[in-house]
Amino acid sequence: MDLSAISPILLLAAMISAATPILLAAIGELVVEKAGVLNLGVEGMMITGAICGFITAVATGSPWIGFVGAAAGGAGLALLFGFCTQVLLSNQVATGLALTLFGLGLSSLLGQNYQGIRAPEVTDLHIPLLRDIPVLGPVLFQHDAIVYLGIGVCAGVWGFLRYSRAGLVLRAVGENHDAAHALGYKVRRVRLLAILFGGACAGVGGAYLSIILVPQWTVGVTAGAGWIALAIVVFASWRPGWLLIGAYLFGGVGALQLRMQGAGVPIPAELLSMAPYLVTIISLVILSAGRGGAARAAPGSLGRIFHASR
Amino acid sequence: MKRRTLLASGAGAAIAATLGFPVRAQDGPLKVGFIYVGPVGDGGWTYQHDQGRLAVVEAFGGAVETIFQETVPEGADAERAITQMCLAGCKLIFTTSFGYMDPTINVAAQFPDVKFEHATGYKVADNVSTYDARFYEGRAVIGTIAGRMTKSNKIGYIASFPIPEVIQGINSSFAHARKVNPAVEMTVIWVLTWFDPAKEADAAKAMIEQGIDVILQHTDSTAPHAAAAEAGNVFTFGQASDMSAFAPSPRISAIIDNWAPYYVSRVQAVIDGTWVSERNWGGMAEGEVVIGEISDAVPAEVKAEALAMVDAITAGTYHPFTGPMNKQDGTVFLADGEVATDEQLTGMTFYLEGMIGDYPT
Repeated sequence: MDLSAISPILLLAAMISAATPILLAAIGELVVEKAGVLNLGVEGMMITGAICGFITAVATGSPWIGFVGAAAGGAGLALLFGFCTQVLLSNQVATGLALTLFGLGLSSLLGQNYQGIRAPEVTDLHIPLLRDIPVLGPVLFQHDAIVYLGIGVCAGVWGFLRYSRAGLVLRAVGENHDAAHALGYKVRRVRLLAILFGGACAGVGGAYLSIILVPQWTVGVTAGAGWIALAIVVFASWRPGWLLIGAYLFGGVGALQLRMQGAGVPIPAELLSMAPYLVTIISLVILSAGRGGAARAAPGSLGRIFHASR
Repeated sequence: MKRRTLLASGAGAAIAATLGFPVRAQDGPLKVGFIYVGPVGDGGWTYQHDQGRLAVVEAFGGAVETIFQETVPEGADAERAITQMCLAGCKLIFTTSFGYMDPTINVAAQFPDVKFEHATGYKVADNVSTYDARFYEGRAVIGTIAGRMTKSNKIGYIASFPIPEVIQGINSSFAHARKVNPAVEMTVIWVLTWFDPAKEADAAKAMIEQGIDVILQHTDSTAPHAAAAEAGNVFTFGQASDMSAFAPSPRISAIIDNWAPYYVSRVQAVIDGTWVSERNWGGMAEGEVVIGEISDAVPAEVKAEALAMVDAITAGTYHPFTGPMNKQDGTVFLADGEVATDEQLTGMTFYLEGMIGDYPT
């Protein structure tokens, strides 16, 4: 056992990039659920974004246009969900699950000719001056732009929900859609916009896997990341700050357990494998317990179908 | 009801055959079916099985007709898919994943005149054979290359599940890396999945951070290659399929499953009427395990050494598990000159001496 082989600086840097896809998908889903919609199709939107982004990036040679393509792909699939649940009033749980299955199939169909191809390379930003700070520099300021986009979106969502009028309307729609409707707010429009935002975020998160982390297209590349994003939203009690902690904790413990195996720490590999899930769930449950638990934090109209006649 | 019709039609075909009525298989081409667990385009396991099917088509031309069904779930639905192939007139059916074992045995009992070949299983019947490949032979060769290529004397192995096949691979590559480079240490990271690109990439990155400069894998994605390419000066080996997109470096060679010779020989046996139920475990000699092209990043003398080992294993003059070999706890596994039996290999549930740590049980 040689713990000195684990470099804390590289570990923290790995934690931040490993957490980014989950963070992006989760923050999108948080907005959707705050608007009162439960979209279980995160995994499907992520993987559709992963392949759409990959195809766009390969076709144009630019990873950044690829991420735009990924957002469009994720939002496109989300639009389908929005149409079914908001216009046709279908069951949100069933539709979301169907969306995941559909997205998995669609992505492997689209990706048939893209296996074994390398994505265009992404260079890290290496922010001048800041990157030279000892310890903090390599951990925080030597990443690619999408990492900062993830943190930025997280901060933006927090500010939007807390301080803006539009954010207040969105929360009102999520807490009690009948009351919001009575006040004259467009419940369906707000929800559709939130669903599109959630899809775009999930798409970008998926593309972060296929363009930067892995980086190539393989069938099933997300391997369950969307489900983890969904769980983190709930365990973080729908709060952007805790969600950030949850995603980083999950990414960090996941990166740490592989390095501990490499360093020969005498803990069984199965226990280390389950550590990210255990640590994340336990920490977030303890964090949210002080305020009456996750159940009370859930938006009041979450998952309920809205029809103006009732 | 369905089951009865099915039995009746099977019996009908048998009666027709004995009375000398024209039955499809006797007149037309021999129909051969393939059941695949994944899509043909997976680039790994199923892709290689389909390459075997295409080799059959090429070898026999109009004498054989092949049909296949892809992405058949392992379990009850497989029984339906296999039965359908029997009813379509297939006389030889390859079921290419471990999970088809019981469905294959069940369907085979109902169609005694159809021959079945099940990959990687252990149950046989009068009309059911099993087949598998000696992947540890290939791992001995890439282990040798790894031992020669490492500068830090640290080799990494991304492992999937703690089953004998995987442990054979770890032991075989470790023993041969040690043989050419006694200072070598091997680090195993268990990802407990056959396929999770992000996790495989992260495992590779964790290894690279700890100074490992040669990475072997028993998982199916090419993500570790991409991580190695990014780091530079790290070498990898293709798994199941060639993965030549990453050649000449970091991918310096590959261990490839090649089912073509086996499929061709079994189809030939059915045509000749010499097919009998067997347990087949072929390796390099049968052409089932192939070492992918060794790239120019490998020095010529190392390449020659590796190719010499391929020749020796192929010729049967060298067995990768030849004593003296000790188990991790120091007890004797093989005495000097002793060669491991197939029973010892299929029941291999221990590391060899010199390995660090324990595997999950």
